[in-house]
Formats: sequence, C-alpha cells, structure tokens
Amino acid sequence: MTSTPNEPLLRIRDLHKQFGHNEVLKGIDLDVFPGDRIAILGASGSGKSTLLRCINFMETPSSGTIEIAGQTIGTALPERLGKQERRYTETELTRVRQRAGMVFQQFNLFPHMSALDNVTEGLRTVQKMSREDAILKARAQLDRVGLSDKASEYPSRLSGGQKQRVAIARALAMEPELLLFDEPTSALDPELVGEVLRVIRALAQESRTILLVTHEIGFAYHFANRVLFIADGQIYESGTPAEVLKNPRKKRTQDFLARHNEFNF
Amino acid sequence: MDYPWNFASVFANSDALLVGAIGTLRIFLICLVSGLSLGLFVGLARYSTRRALYIPASAFVEFFRNTPVLVQILWFYFALPMLVPFEISPLMAASLGISLNSAAFSAEIYRGGIQSIDKGQWEGARALGMTTAQAMRRIVLPQALKRMLPAMTNRGIEIFKMSTLASAVSYAEMLQQGKLIASLDYNPIEVYTVIALAFFVFLFPLVQATYALERKLRRSD
Amino acid sequence: MYEWDFSPVFMNADMLLSGLLNTLKVTGSALAFGIPLGLALALLRLSPRRLLAWPAGFVIEFFRTTPPLVQLFWFFFALPILIQVEMTPYMAATLTFSIQSSAFFAEVFRGGIVSIERGQWEGARAIGMSDAQAMRRIILPQAVKRMIPAFMERAIELMKTTTLVATVSYTDLLFQANELAQKTFRPLEVFTVTALIYFVFIFCFSLLAHRLERRLAVSGETTVH
Repeated sequence: MTSTPNEPLLRIRDLHKQFGHNEVLKGIDLDVFPGDRIAILGASGSGKSTLLRCINFMETPSSGTIEIAGQTIGTALPERLGKQERRYTETELTRVRQRAGMVFQQFNLFPHMSALDNVTEGLRTVQKMSREDAILKARAQLDRVGLSDKASEYPSRLSGGQKQRVAIARALAMEPELLLFDEPTSALDPELVGEVLRVIRALAQESRTILLVTHEIGFAYHFANRVLFIADGQIYESGTPAEVLKNPRKKRTQDFLARHNEFNF
Repeated sequence: MDYPWNFASVFANSDALLVGAIGTLRIFLICLVSGLSLGLFVGLARYSTRRALYIPASAFVEFFRNTPVLVQILWFYFALPMLVPFEISPLMAASLGISLNSAAFSAEIYRGGIQSIDKGQWEGARALGMTTAQAMRRIVLPQALKRMLPAMTNRGIEIFKMSTLASAVSYAEMLQQGKLIASLDYNPIEVYTVIALAFFVFLFPLVQATYALERKLRRSD
Repeated sequence: MYEWDFSPVFMNADMLLSGLLNTLKVTGSALAFGIPLGLALALLRLSPRRLLAWPAGFVIEFFRTTPPLVQLFWFFFALPILIQVEMTPYMAATLTFSIQSSAFFAEVFRGGIVSIERGQWEGARAIGMSDAQAMRRIILPQAVKRMIPAFMERAIELMKTTTLVATVSYTDLLFQANELAQKTFRPLEVFTVTALIYFVFIFCFSLLAHRLERRLAVSGETTVH
C-alpha cells in the first residue's frame, strides 16, 4: 500500500508512552509525508529516541495511534480512562519493521556474521529470499555505502564508521518505505562521523523519507526540510531548519541551541 | 497412576527418620568445618610462591577435585583399613572422603577470592611496613572473605547434599534410614518421595538466600 | 608393613575395563539426553508466559537442590512401582542423570542467552525478525560459543556424579572395583588403581576443557560461568 504525495506516509496521533510510573511521551501528533527529511533534536531524556522507537514498535505505545500509509497498526481495545489502547501481535509488528528500517547508535551488527551475511540475513530469514538473490541485493547495498571491498570482513575488524555503514546497508536491503536513524553518529569518533553523514545525505537526495534523531545540528540544518525540537515528551517547537535552528521562537529551544553552540568557535 | 499412596507408614517411623536427620546434620557439620578450614590452609599454600608449599597443595587440589567422592569414600572405608592398625567407621570414611573433597574445592574458592583483591591493597599494606602475613591477615583476607561468601555457601549446600553418599557405607543418615524403612514397610515410593521433599524444603530457602546474597554483593562491589 | 601386590588387579583388568566402558556409556547417554532437555527447559524458563516458565523453573530448582542419590533411588525403586514398568539399573541411571544434568545445563543455557546484549535482540527485531527467528539465528549461535567452557565443566561433574549408579548395581567402574576387591581380597590395590583411573580420565578431560577455554578467551569471547 503506497500513499499519494498529499497523504501522510506516517501519521501519529496522541502518542503516549509510559515506562512504569514514568511517562516519557506525553501526547505526540505528527504527520510525515513521502520525501520528508525530519531532524529530531532534544536534550537527553526528552523522549526523542522513544518517539523514534515507537514508530517501528521497538517500544509499544501506551496509548495513541500510529498509521503507516493509511493503515492503523494494532487492533483497538475498549477505551479506558479516556485513553485509546491497542493490542499488537508479533506478526503485525514484524511486518511493520520491514517497512520502517532502523539504524542504531550502537550499530547492533551481528558479530558472528560477515558484513555481507549481516545484510543478507534479513532478506533470507525474514523475506525468505533465495541465497543467490539475497547476495546480489546485499552486494548492491554494500556498494552503495562504499563498502563492497569489506563484504567478507567481520564486524570486529571494521571501524565504527564502517560498521555503521554496514548497518545502513542492512536496513536499506529490506527496502523500507521509511528510514529511522537513532543518533547514528553519537558513538563514533569525530573523524569517522563524516563518512556516515555522507551516506545519509546521499539517501536524502534520493527523496527517501527519513527521520533522524541527532546532535549534529549543522548537518540537520542542511539535511532536513523540517526540524522538531522535543522537550518533556512533547513536540515543543517545529518548523523549517531556518525557523527552528536560526531563529527559534521559544525559550527552551533557544537555551538548548545556545548550550550546544557554547564551545563553537 | 492409581497407586494407593500411604504416607502414614512413613511417618509411623518418625523415630528412625529423626535418627537419620541427626546423622545427616552430624556428618554435615563435621565435613563443613573440617573441609572449609583445611581448604583455607591449602588455598593459602596454593597462593604461596614457595614450591615446597605450592606443589603438594596443587597436587592435593587436582587429585581431590578430579576424583569422584564416592570412590574416595569407598577407598577410605575398604582400602585404608589395610594400612592402619585401627578401625575405620562408616562415619570416619564418609567424613574423610567428603571433607577432603570439599577442602579441595574450597581451596580454589579461597585462592580465587584472594587473587580478586586488587594489587593496590597489598601495596598499601606493605607501604605501611606490614609483612606479607600481616597484610594477608589484616587487609586482604577480610575483604576476600566477603566476596567468597556466595561460593562458600554454595559449597556448604553441596556438602549437605553429599551427606547422602554416606549411605553407601551404611552410615545412618537420612537416605540410609529411608532404605531401612522402605525395606521393612515395602513403601519405597512414599519414603523416597518424603526424603526428596525433605531435602528440597530444607535446602531451597538456603539456595534462594545464596542467590540473594550474590545479588546484594554484586551491587555493592 | 603392608605388602602391596597389584598383580590381581592387572590380571582382572578386563573387569575394570568393562566397568569403565559402562561408566562412559551412562555418562554419554545422560549427556545425549540432558543437553537437549536442558535447552528446552531453559527456553521454557525464559518464556514470558508464566504457565510455561514456572513449571520449568520448578523442575530446574527441584533437580538442582535435591541430592542426586535420592533422585536415583526414587527412579530406581519408586518409579517402577508407580508406572508398572520394569526398570533396569541402566534405565534408572540414564533417566535420573539425564534429568538431573538437564537442570544444570538449563542454567548454563539461560546464563549464556541472557548474557547476549540487548542490542542484538534490537538489531534482529529491527529487520523484522520474530523472537523465535532472532533466538535461532542471532542469539543462540553467539550464546553457545560462550557457554562451551561451562558445558565442559558440567560434563566433568556428570562424569563424577554417575559413579552413584554403582549403588543400584549398575556395572560401572566403581561397581566392578567393589566386586573385584571382594573377589581378590585386595581392596587397597583395587581401589587405589580405580581412583587413579578416574583421576587420569577426568584430569585429562579437565585439561582439554581449560585449553579450550583459553583459546576461546584469546579469540575475544567472554565466558559464562
């Protein structure tokens, strides 16, 4: 099921997420259209990662709805205390996760498999592709992230930047409609950050739909068509990069950016 | 399974069971105390740099860890009497076997515990002018003992379970008494079920306490 | 001064040898059943469904806490009456030690699986794997490598524990030793040689296990205990 440019690819309504007694997301509403490149910023603990992780259901929402290409995920349960709760089955969630690919801060590559096998694993085990087809596809993805010569290497022999690029290839191989990046460069040494950002920029230029949680404000400015600033579990401020990053209207956004730019020279 | 369970017949022999319980406790305490104290000396000897201490201690540990306890018990009961002029009772044979085995295992626990103490503690102690013995006694061992506690309580539980092996030489502990009752009343099902449950009910809380102790120590470390 | 005479032992070496083979046989059988059973128990224990996890947990705790000799006696003397089946010493021994060792193996498996960092589960789920697929393709392969030293340790323990089968007249090495000692009136020599046979066997196996552990440590794998 695809959507026309006027219909959102992703629609989030009143999303709440609670961990025990701690409510991390306090009502998020968001529409993401095909081709959107959304940068998500916020302080640690603001809920930005949790928001991303709810989209591919690595965390299940406590209440609220998530729609992908017009299809609401999960089945509704009787409304309780004014909050709409839903039931999610593993089958449904595994299907959603193939449509929304995720790249992690800690890469989460499989250490007992080569780079190539990491990329073919999803194709073969989840999409039941044949070995030959999977390898062809995987090599194409590794080529696109610039690592075709590292296909048979194991993760322990790759640099952080190379590992992250393999992780991106692994996500891309599944042909997701949506790409989710959860602070992809935060765990990298500074000189390795560039090679990963370059890949993300190339993906942006292909009109892919991307949500990027990041601290790289400079990159966000050039990459995004929309910026969200998350504070206290809600979208505190949103707009174009010029609006939010250059001329923030609200105080906490201004404080956040000021703290971030404190040691820039 | 329409077997007519009859537990009353087991409890009718409560005096025999009591004898067994006392027997189990007796051999447990003997082996616990002698095993853990002998183990301390062997453990310290293994940690020593002097070959005259290190080599015999290592041989002892390797031998008694790598031979089955039952073999040792039978050796002490059947073989040793050929070498010594006095009688070896079932209790003596079983105690010797279980204690030496436990000494070997606990020696390794002591050694591991001592080795886990940061070298800096030794340096601090020596810098104050302490001898190795003083440093061991006052600084290292007290800290090590805390870390060794879970492994030691584990050993204690193992020793308690090993007490049943003494039945092989007819020492009057729980299982041996169970054998007696079963042969008299023809109710092995009830007897052995009761004995299994008795051990379980007694040991399970101790096992859980050991886990809790382990968790607490891991957090505080 | 006692006069040592090992000749009766060497003349009847075949008796001891057949006993040794039976020891290996019962240990091998217990391992063959115990390891898969242990994996099943571990997976049940890890299941989020309490209906599966609690019984598995009970079985594991029960067979780890009760003395193996009591278990053996129950399976050899009590069970045959209960289910109306003839029980040979070998059957009772295999049954007892399969279940007993599986309880310990279950804990080794569980420790290994739990030691795999959460990120691996996340990486697997993010590409759309079900939990079963993630366990099979990603978690278990990594966990098993870590568990091998603990497994070998458990296997060595099993080799020592199976001597208990002599008490129900299974003709293992210890039983044969006892028979031989009574036959030749040379308990000292017989039992000494028997103890040495056990020692050499188990010690060598221990050395192998340590060498394997060291090699795994060098290749960068941490081990589970």
